[in-house]
This record gives sequence, structure tokens and C-alpha cells, in this order.
Amino acid sequence: MQAHQRMLDPTPNGLHSGESPLLQTLGLTKRYGDFLANDSIDIDIWPKEIHALLGENGAGKSTLVKAIYGLIQPSAGEIRWQGERIALSGPSEARTRGIGMVFQHFSLFDNLTVAENVALGLDGKESFKDMSARLEQVSKTYGLPLDPRREVWQLSVGERQRIEIVRALMQDPKFLILDEPTAVLTPQEADQLFIVLERLKAEGRAILYISHKLEEVKRLCDTATILRGGKKVDTCNPRLETAPSLARMMVGGEIKEVKAPAGRQTTVPRLVVNDLSLAPSEAHGVRLEHISFELKGGEILGIAGVAGNGQDELFAALSGERLSRDPGTVVIEGIAAGHLSITQRRKLGAAFVPEERLGHGTAPRMKLSENALLTGHAASGMVHHGFIDTAATLKTVDRATETFDVRKAKRDPEAASLSGGNLQKFIVGREILRNPAVLVVSQPTWGVDAGAAAVIRQALLDLATAGAAVLVTSQDLDELAEIADRIAVMFHGRLSAPLARSEATREKLGLLMGGSSLEPKEAAHAVGA
Amino acid sequence: MQLVLEKRAERSGTIALVSPLIAIGLTIVTMVILFAILGKNPLLALHAYFIAPLTDSYSLQEIAVKATPLVMIAIGLSLCYLANAWNIGAEGQFLIGAVAGSWIAVKTQGTDAGAWVLPAMLVLAAAAGALYALIPAICKVKFGASEILTSLMLVYVADLFLDYLVRGPWRDPHGFNFPTTAEFDPVATVPLLIEGGRLHLGSIIALLVVAAAAILLGRTIKGFEIRVVGAAPRAARFGGFNANQLIILTFAVSGALAGLAGIIEVAGPVGHLQPGISPGYGFTAIIVAFLGRLNPLGILIAGLFLALTFIGGEQAQIAMKIPLDVTKVFQGILLFYVLACDSLILYRFKLVFPNRQVASGTH
Repeated sequence: MQAHQRMLDPTPNGLHSGESPLLQTLGLTKRYGDFLANDSIDIDIWPKEIHALLGENGAGKSTLVKAIYGLIQPSAGEIRWQGERIALSGPSEARTRGIGMVFQHFSLFDNLTVAENVALGLDGKESFKDMSARLEQVSKTYGLPLDPRREVWQLSVGERQRIEIVRALMQDPKFLILDEPTAVLTPQEADQLFIVLERLKAEGRAILYISHKLEEVKRLCDTATILRGGKKVDTCNPRLETAPSLARMMVGGEIKEVKAPAGRQTTVPRLVVNDLSLAPSEAHGVRLEHISFELKGGEILGIAGVAGNGQDELFAALSGERLSRDPGTVVIEGIAAGHLSITQRRKLGAAFVPEERLGHGTAPRMKLSENALLTGHAASGMVHHGFIDTAATLKTVDRATETFDVRKAKRDPEAASLSGGNLQKFIVGREILRNPAVLVVSQPTWGVDAGAAAVIRQALLDLATAGAAVLVTSQDLDELAEIADRIAVMFHGRLSAPLARSEATREKLGLLMGGSSLEPKEAAHAVGA
Repeated sequence: MQLVLEKRAERSGTIALVSPLIAIGLTIVTMVILFAILGKNPLLALHAYFIAPLTDSYSLQEIAVKATPLVMIAIGLSLCYLANAWNIGAEGQFLIGAVAGSWIAVKTQGTDAGAWVLPAMLVLAAAAGALYALIPAICKVKFGASEILTSLMLVYVADLFLDYLVRGPWRDPHGFNFPTTAEFDPVATVPLLIEGGRLHLGSIIALLVVAAAAILLGRTIKGFEIRVVGAAPRAARFGGFNANQLIILTFAVSGALAGLAGIIEVAGPVGHLQPGISPGYGFTAIIVAFLGRLNPLGILIAGLFLALTFIGGEQAQIAMKIPLDVTKVFQGILLFYVLACDSLILYRFKLVFPNRQVASGTH
């Protein structure tokens, strides 16, 4: 039925005429209830090709690769592998055929060694010794250094990703799927990864590269397929496109530009952290060590860093979800607050937006009005003598809806029924509407569509302009460059001295994110330690 | 073709109301099969169970009397369960409350103690039930001991303690060696609402408890705290709510209500302390709490319904020689179906025909 469409599809670059693609989907459709996650998608992947799969969150990228990797069964359409139609029973069949995948979220056991983790993921019958030897050899060949005997919890996120890549490569795949591999890497680590990927391509393998970082895609990929709302928008050569033109295809329109309002002035320090150290609350957690910074009103401080370097622990220590013995370690509005609960800190004028929207920032199965009460009960006049003022909670929902363009099916739905972007707008709105003196926000636009991301970043800038102190933790360096006045980097529970935005180049930040120091003397020291 | 459970975008309010009814329907179907297997006429048995008790005033009053402890205990349990604290030991808290309240009744027996006796009994029973419930709660919070096991085990401790007292120190000297205390004095007895009837003041107290719980859960920040701690623990911590404090509080409240129910039962319909004062109220109340969807009004209705099965069970035994244990079978099956039907609130059944077009194309 969909065949005629495919015939009209121009082959990119016209290079592949005559041969058949390595992998092909024809009219691939996946339906969840009434929702079409993938609507009749045709994609051709050729050997020796790095093929980008672009799209916003919810565009259907994950669904498509899950179908190709055999994790889900398509509702309609077909998948062809080397010209032959296949129906994958599961990922292990995909691996046997030569399809490998590296997930964004690793599936590794912290307490096992690298070799043990790899052995668990392989289907083969070779002995553990042979496997370890092969592991070392593959990791050497591709310049992905790994010590097979080390336990995973000791490794950095970049090293953990290497395990996943090596594990996939040990099965000698013809086709490798990578899901946002650079999301957790420093710029330098990303560069190293690109060298590996180029090499795999030169060996004749094909790579499907999922990303939303457009510069990266332009640099690395030969072909790009763009999805939007479950449908394929286009297949193009990303090198012939510009980042804005690719973004337009992804979003389906122009994205509002974020503008820093003029006349922003810094005032008194509103959030001060003095030599904050905190032991980890769970095994293999990160210890916070001697963190100090000062944040003035009117200022946005960005905290960059690879995930898992203590950002979550810092958020818990600032919010009061974890208390510090020494009250003076966290000072909010001039008042020592290290020993105060999250509710007391809110009463001092602090507001918090955690990374996880569902289950941390909101109770998923509760209504928005109840979720407004969740953080608003402290200091927003929603509670009188222990009784809830339902009208006040609903008013907060309405105001957040109006001010931040939260789209929802009815006035007061459950939090879980909103899309990621709309829920995040609600959460940020809920906190900003309280007029906080200090806002601590973690990954404000993680997994959020471009439109919502622009709204949220603008709101943070406006809040700072109004005089609040804003602390933004983000893994997205572009985001920090866009809104932060100063940027500090977290590594192994330590925070670097903040750099002014003008000094904070990608290269410098990348070095700090990888644990190097910017000063040569200390760098030598760090290597020794 | 395949039957799959599909997640709903939002919980279904209609199903939340209908699911207990579906569960009751399925239970009745199962019971019909069971009666048939036992060789009894299912229609007559259902009539004896569910219709006959509703036809005379004595049985109707008796239903209210039986529902009183069930509803009071289940309200307390629902607070625990909403907060994700699993108190399974209400039966023990019920018995300890009965024992503690009876202590005053036994000690004032035959004296000229005044009208303060009954209120003091009620207060002491509630306090004792609360303290008894705090044992598993504190073990949970301090040592991480499973409150399910500890609260359940304490039921047997309470049961044997009561047994010891009525066979030993508190035994009625004129009671022909039966294991029971003497009949309580009038000042130590819960007054009847209708002279010569069965209905007593306890039923009014149960209604007040239902109303208080409805206000607590629906209108107050404490009620919200209870709900959010159970529904999303991490979000609750982010909201500034302390789950451990809430375990202590909900256990104490549910223990107090169970203890109160215990003394009302002893000082009301029974009139003295003896073993076997509870036909398993503390356990049946668990079913009442879930059948009532952990909602105060729902619990009131569910309590009346479960009370009906107790009365109906007695009538079926008398009229048709159906064993009394069938009532417990009925209650167990009912809980099973209630929990099963709950999944329909968040999920729906769907028939799936995988790859229909594709399949026809190739084979």
C-alpha cells in the first residue's frame, strides 16, 4: 500500500543506486490505543552511513528504534534487513542478525566488574576468560580504554558508556543504534566518540544516531531523517542544511528566541553556600566536598557537569530534602538555613524545581490543584487553620496555565496526563508565581519540546530580572550559555570556581567536566591524586 | 487475537465507583457455584444471605450493631493504607482496647462509681489501642521491621492476654467457672438508643468517625499529607512531609479507633469481657476498607454490606445448615475480587489483533 510512496523517495546523494539498503522500514506504524506513535515511516539505512534520526521528544524516535531492535512489535508495516523481510521476536534475535544498540540509560550492575557486566549481556557460550581477552582486544582496537576488572560503580558516566559500546561491538554488528550518546559526555569525550564512530563507518558498518544536537549531526552524519508527531517529515543531507533549517523541520515552525531583558542588575547575595560537605546517603552515592558559592539577586548561576557528579546531592542539600549539621552551610536571604526543612526554606522565600517531573516534582496521579498545594502549602495562603482553600489552589493552576501557556484537556487534570513540556511549564510556573527570592532548578528543559523550553528559559531570565537569584543545574551547555551569567562545573562532588559567561568556552567547560583543572600546576596535582 | 491490559491516560472515576460493584457481582457468581457444589439451592442460599436479614427490624438493628466496629476499625485502617502503612493488626488493637476499658469496669464493679466510668473506659481503650499499634509503627520507623508481620503477630499476643485475664484474675467468682468477667454495671455499659432494641450509642460514634474522616481527608492539609505520602513518597518529601511521622500518626489513630471499637463491643452488645468477643472484626475491616475504596463514605456502605454477610451467614446456617465458615470464604473471595477489579481503574482491557493486514499479505 505504501510502496508507491517509497519509489518516489529520492535516494540521498544518489550514491546507492543499484544496491539494496542494509535496513529498511516500509510504512512502519505503531499504535498505542488511539495514539499513533509511528505513522507509516519509511527509512533506508545503507552500509557505510551515519544516519541521524532527529526529532523532538515525543516525535516517535524511540518507538521507531525499539521496533527496529525488536523490543516492540509494529502494528503495521514491515522491516527489511538486507533486502529480506524480517519479524524480530526480540532484541536477542536482532543482535544475532547483526543489529546492536546502545541505550541512553545504561543497564549495568554497579557492583559487578566491567567484564562481568559484558558477560551478562552477551548471548554467546565462550568462556569467561576468552570473553575477557576479547573484551580487552576490542576496547584497544577501537580506542575505548576499559579495565575489565574494575567495578562499574567506580567508573565515570563516559566509561560506563564505553562498556555499552564495547559490549555491542563484541557482537560485531553490521548496524549500530546509538540513543543520544553525547547527552552524558563532555565535549572532549564526545569528540573521541566521533572518532570511534567514523572508524566504524569506515569498516562498512551503518550507524543510526539519535540526537537533537544539530551541530553535532551536521558534523558527523551523512543522512538525517526528521520525525515530527510520529510522521517522517523529510530525509536530507544535514551538511547541506543549517541548524535553524533542521530545527524548523523538527519543530514545524519558528522557535521563539529567548531574550535577556535589559537593565538586569545584581543586588545583595540571596543564596550563599559556605564550605558545604555532605556524606552520600546511599551506597555509591557522591560525597559533596567543600562547596562554596555566592549568588546575588538578579543573577543566574549555571552549574554544568556530567550527570552523577553530585548535582542531585547538591539539589537535596539546597532544598532541605537532606539536612546539614552546620546551619551556616546554606544561607538563604541572610538566614542560616542548613538545618531547616524544605518547608521552612520555602518560607524564607526559596523555591525548588527538581529534575524528575513525575514522582518528585509532582505526584503523578494527583490533580494539578493538589500539586499546586504540594509546594504551595508552605507559604502561599492555600491553607487556613489546617483547612485547604481549594479556590486558592485552583487559582494557582489557572494563573500558571495562563502565564506559561500550559496546554491540558480540562481545567484540573492529573499531572501524569500532561505532556512533559506542559507539565514542566506548570511546575516552573507554580514556583515562579510564588515570587521566590531564590529559585533552585535542576535540568529545567530536560526532555521538553523546543517551544516549552523557550518559554521556561525566558521565565527564568525574567525572574532574575525581577531581582531573584536563580541557580540552574543543566547538562545542556547551550542552555547555560543562553541564560547563565556565570557557569561553574561539578565534578566528583566538587564545584569549580564560576567562570563569567564570556570566559566559559566549551573547551574550558569540557576540561572541567572531565575533572581537569584550568590551572596547569593544579592539573599536575590532580593527575597524581 | 490477544487480550491486553492497556494503561489509561487518567484514572477512571466511573470505574473507581463501579469496581466494588463488579467485585460483589463476581463474588456472588462464585458463591452460586460454591452453593451448587455444596448441594444447596443457590437461590435460596442467596435469599438467606442477602434478602432475609433485610426484612425484619431485629436483623436490621443487628446489621447496624455488627457494622459499628467494622466501620470504626476500617476508617482507621484506611488512613494507614492511604499513607502506605500496612496495619494488619487491628484485631489485636481491638482486643487490647477491650481489655483496657474492661479494667475500669472490673475495678469499679459493685462500687458507687458515677457516670464518669463509661467515658473513662472509652478514653482508656482508645489510648491502649493507640499504644499497642505504636509498637509495630516504632519498630518500622526505628529498625525497618516489616509492620505487616509485627502488627499481625501482636494479634495473637493480645488474644492470649485477654484469655489469661478472663480465666485468671478477672474471672467472675459466681460465673460457674466460665472464662468471663461478671456482667458490667449499668454505668459501665454503652446505652441503647431504643429501649428493648439492639442499637446502641456506638453506632452514633461510628457515624461521627466517618464524618470526621471525610473532613480530614477531603478538606485538611493533614489529609492531603496522608494521601500524597502514600501516592508519591518522593514528591511528598519534596512537599515537606515526613513519611515516618505519618506512619506513627496513622498507626496511633487506627489503633485508637480499633481500641474504641473493642470497648464499645464489650460494654455494648456483649456486656462483659470473654474470649471470642470478635468474630474477626479486625480482619474483616481490612476487606471493608478496600471494598469502600479507602473512602469514608464507601467504608460506611461496605461496612453495612459485610455486616449483612455476618447476619446472613447465621441465618443461612439456621435455615439451610450452610456452615458458618462459608461467610469467611465469601469475605475472602470478595477481597480477592476487589483488589483484582482495582486494576481496571488504571488499566482497561483491550482485544488486539496483531498485524492483521500484514499477516494476510504474506501467508
